Amino acid sequence: MSSPIKFLAQKHRKQTVIIAVIGSIYALSSWILNFDSFSGFTAVPKAFTWLGVNFSPTSESVELLPRIWQKLIETVALAVSSTVVAAIIALFVAILGSKATGINNYVHVIVRGIASFFRNIPLVAWAMILLFSFKQSDFTGFLALLLMTVGYLIRAFMEIIEDEASETMMALKATGASYFQVIFQAVLPQIMPSLISWVLYMIENNVRDATLVGILTGTGIGFIFDLYFKSFRFDAVGMTILAIIIVVIVLEVLSNQIRKVIL
Amino acid sequence: MLEVKHLTKSYQKDKPALTDISFSVEPGNFLAIIGPSGAGKTTILRSLNQLIKDDDGQILLDGSDIRSDNKSQLRKHRRQIGMVFQNYNLVERLTVIENVLHGRLGYKSTLAGMFGIYSEEEKKEALELLDKVGLKDFALQRCSELSGGQKQRVGIARSLIQHPKVILCDEPIASLDPASSHTVMHLLKQLTIEFNIICVANLHQINLAKKYADRIVGIRQGKLVFDEESSMLSEEILETLYDQSISKELE
Ligand SMILES: Nc1ncnc2c1ncn2[C@@H]1O[C@H](COP(=O)(O)OP(=O)(O)OP(=O)(O)O)[C@@H](O)[C@H]1O
Ligand SMILES: [Mg+2]
Repeated sequence: MSSPIKFLAQKHRKQTVIIAVIGSIYALSSWILNFDSFSGFTAVPKAFTWLGVNFSPTSESVELLPRIWQKLIETVALAVSSTVVAAIIALFVAILGSKATGINNYVHVIVRGIASFFRNIPLVAWAMILLFSFKQSDFTGFLALLLMTVGYLIRAFMEIIEDEASETMMALKATGASYFQVIFQAVLPQIMPSLISWVLYMIENNVRDATLVGILTGTGIGFIFDLYFKSFRFDAVGMTILAIIIVVIVLEVLSNQIRKVIL
Repeated sequence: MLEVKHLTKSYQKDKPALTDISFSVEPGNFLAIIGPSGAGKTTILRSLNQLIKDDDGQILLDGSDIRSDNKSQLRKHRRQIGMVFQNYNLVERLTVIENVLHGRLGYKSTLAGMFGIYSEEEKKEALELLDKVGLKDFALQRCSELSGGQKQRVGIARSLIQHPKVILCDEPIASLDPASSHTVMHLLKQLTIEFNIICVANLHQINLAKKYADRIVGIRQGKLVFDEESSMLSEEILETLYDQSISKELE
């Protein structure tokens, strides 16, 4: 009966090999990139000092706050609206596509494919593609965020439905309830907390991403960030970044509070 | 009366999960199905309300075959068959009374059911049934806040409000401690007699099956091995089911 011992020894060896492989991949890639690990790391504090000196908001940049604030609100609104619309679309599609509630396995595979397609095109690529059709406008940003978020949420919602609602669904089906009764009385109430939790998470993410998209579409906080940056007003850029960080943190705290209440 | 005739099912080709299962139960009777893990007990039970589509045979409820139902006939049959699950399968986020009222969905129009609109009589009956299963004061509590035994009693109330001819229980006490197990089994037995229902339960506890069931059916590798009055069940018969002595279990 030496097999468990052999198994553990093998497992140990495997772990060593894995660590060695990761180490050599790192070494190889830094060699390819001409990336000198040591001087790379020592440069980090220097970079931060430079940042601290040049990007510190001054009294002048404080005067810009109302304008920054207005643009920030626009950006948050963009993130929230695109996420909410995406969530509604994703919920419908996920119900049609999930293994538990869906039409059939073909639809399931197709929906998974579509979701993965939307999810795996980088946000920046979406924005740049959409710029051709919709020019620089809030709508372009809205659509780019929407499409990517739909991709994420469809997959998340399908998995939530399959994990959390299958058992109660079966119980209601057994009482003779019809399909729509089962969806409304069992599936939706059962998955609601996880669903809201995901939507909040996507809103947090999309506020950050909306900033990035704004640089491309020339809207919201991204636009003035870009503007200040290109006109070398680094103190104003610092102010903008600070404002973004504060809003993101506030949103995170807020959504954690909401989660605590609903879960 | 519930009659099962020559029920057959295989999930994969040449690997029969059920072969030629036949038995019948009269109203007011409690039938226990026992057998080792993977024998096919769940498959039988879920075939009885067609949650699983079996391959061949007949399932007659008062003479009409559930297997040949179209969609709306199946819905009418299903509402006469309550089901109680090992994991209770309640909507945890909803209140106790909402979960009980779910048992009425099969009788409602799609729209009324979707939005959970119930009549006064239905609500009153839900409260009476909660009283009957000993949960009178829990009506407005969220199901997630109940103990396992309490959840199972909500599940039983949900099936009773269907006015069922049959209640199917798939290991109703497998997740419960001994005391709650007895409460639940006692309740099922008592309701079977009081409402003149057919109760079919998959059980792993042979002593409880003997104590509460009127008849016991043994399943092994998809085949019916015995069908006995529970008082007649002997050690020799049980050995044919499990391949080992289980006299300890019987004590
Ligand atoms: N969905 C499925 N797909 C394929 N095979 C299945 C499926 N469900 C059950 N089986 C097989 O059918 C057989 C009977 O399973 P079943 O669940 O009815 O057993 P059981 O008697 O209820 O067991 P347990 O006491 O463990 O609940 C098993 O061999 C199982 O592997
Ligand atoms: Mg089973």
